[in-house]
Amino acid sequence: MNYDSVLNEKIQNIKPSGIRKFFDILDEMTDVISLGIGEPDFVTPWHIRHAGICSLEQGRTKYTSNAGMLQLRREIAAYLERRFGLRYDYAGELLVTVGGSEAIDLALRVLLDPGDEVIVPTPSFVCYGPLTEMAGGIPKYLELKAANEFRLTPAELKAAITPQTKVLVLPFPCNPTGGTMDRQDLEAIAAVLRGTDIMVVSDEIYAELTYGRRHVSLANIPDMRERTVVVGGFSKSHAMTGWRMGYACAPKPIIAAMTKLHQFGIMSAPTTSQYAAVEAMRSGDEDIERMRGEYDGRRRYLVENLNRLGLYCFKPKGAFYVFPDIRSTGLTSDEFCERFLIEEKVAVIPGSAFGPGGEGFVRACYAASMRDIAEAVARLEHFVAVLSGN
Amino acid sequence: MEKLLELLERDCTMPVSALAAAAGVSADEAKAAIKQYEDNHTILGYQAIVDWDSIHKDTVTALIEVNVTPQSKDGFDRIAERIYQYDEVESMYLMSGSFDLTIIISGCTLRQVAQFVAERLAPIQGVTGTSTHFILKKYKEKHLVFQPQAPEEREYIFV
Repeated sequence: MNYDSVLNEKIQNIKPSGIRKFFDILDEMTDVISLGIGEPDFVTPWHIRHAGICSLEQGRTKYTSNAGMLQLRREIAAYLERRFGLRYDYAGELLVTVGGSEAIDLALRVLLDPGDEVIVPTPSFVCYGPLTEMAGGIPKYLELKAANEFRLTPAELKAAITPQTKVLVLPFPCNPTGGTMDRQDLEAIAAVLRGTDIMVVSDEIYAELTYGRRHVSLANIPDMRERTVVVGGFSKSHAMTGWRMGYACAPKPIIAAMTKLHQFGIMSAPTTSQYAAVEAMRSGDEDIERMRGEYDGRRRYLVENLNRLGLYCFKPKGAFYVFPDIRSTGLTSDEFCERFLIEEKVAVIPGSAFGPGGEGFVRACYAASMRDIAEAVARLEHFVAVLSGN
Repeated sequence: MEKLLELLERDCTMPVSALAAAAGVSADEAKAAIKQYEDNHTILGYQAIVDWDSIHKDTVTALIEVNVTPQSKDGFDRIAERIYQYDEVESMYLMSGSFDLTIIISGCTLRQVAQFVAERLAPIQGVTGTSTHFILKKYKEKHLVFQPQAPEEREYIFV
């Protein structure tokens, strides 16, 4: 069988991530301190796990409604209003998905026609481009600048818009940079979008992980709700990555279209996970605060030490990543990560993996224990000293 | 600075710079605060939590409930002092409820515990009764689980 002729052309044209080679090395090594994987080091709080277990004990093992359990949608709607001042009708403007990723995929697939352009600010998480291509769209990468702390500026957006622009992806708080957009930044973006038909897929999976100011959604800005698909989830806020629980909120016609696709492809999100998610929404706010407090301390420690070692890093205000500039070492981000891994046994991710603008930076995730982070810093100090010949 | 105490209670072996960052203070402020806590005995000491059962199997941990007659002038304190000064006593608390004091003894053999109760504790003037319970298995102490699960085998993923 010639599989090249069997496989869809689009999927064949999507390049595998260059980072695979790096992971192959990593998989063979032991005793590595990993600041590589972008997921909480916490286990899902016990009361949430227990709610999942109880649902199984009670035999709650059937499909739920396509859009997700009513009680979960009610809880999510209440949570969004309580935490972010967002108002969505649980009965038609909210869809429970298999992680935030499914919501992004659905949103792009229901919005894009062949040839539509999607503005994807980078460095950012790697899924937006490939999902756009699979949905028939054309990703247009917009390189964010370190000098702006990797915010999207109105001038950059304006320059990227063409008559074919259909969607803007807004990935804030941002993986991998930790960059955030505050209300003022969003107002400026809104001023560019107002009067256009451009839709926004706002990936707010890290909304709970901001330090200092509370996260503001683009949908909070006047006139923006009608054009915004807010994507959220439980993975980062409640340490529930493996439960695969996410959601999308948008105006009714968009959610109706996404639900249509979701019901054919997925049917309904996993029932056990939905019961656990209900508990997370009802009683999980304190868990969020506790974990955010922990991340905040680690963030301060890591940023302080990176700057002390000459790897400039602005103080990121969101997510759980730092994105230091490693150009002073004279290495590319690939070389830096490979040597740091092999010589010091610490895993961080090359910035080049996150699209244009990532080269010269590396991503370190501080959702790791303070002990591991402190040891990683000690090893980094040695590594930097070796590189500079001291 | 209470945050600093919480962090130290969780892991007192962390470098001061890491503790300070986590508490949101400077390293010098953290050092000064720790010194003050040590001086005024808010921090009593630093110890490891050891799973002795994994080293030797013949020692036990006992929890002894003690009833005493409080003394008119010193209440329970005087008699408590007479008891806790024995090296065998690891921890001791004044309790509400149907008995007065709880004593915890660990690292001794069954015989040593029996000897302590019969020959040292019971004869103390004012001790009116004891009830000794032996711990059969330790699950968790100071938020640490004695037999944590083995790490799962996991391939690296890119998120």
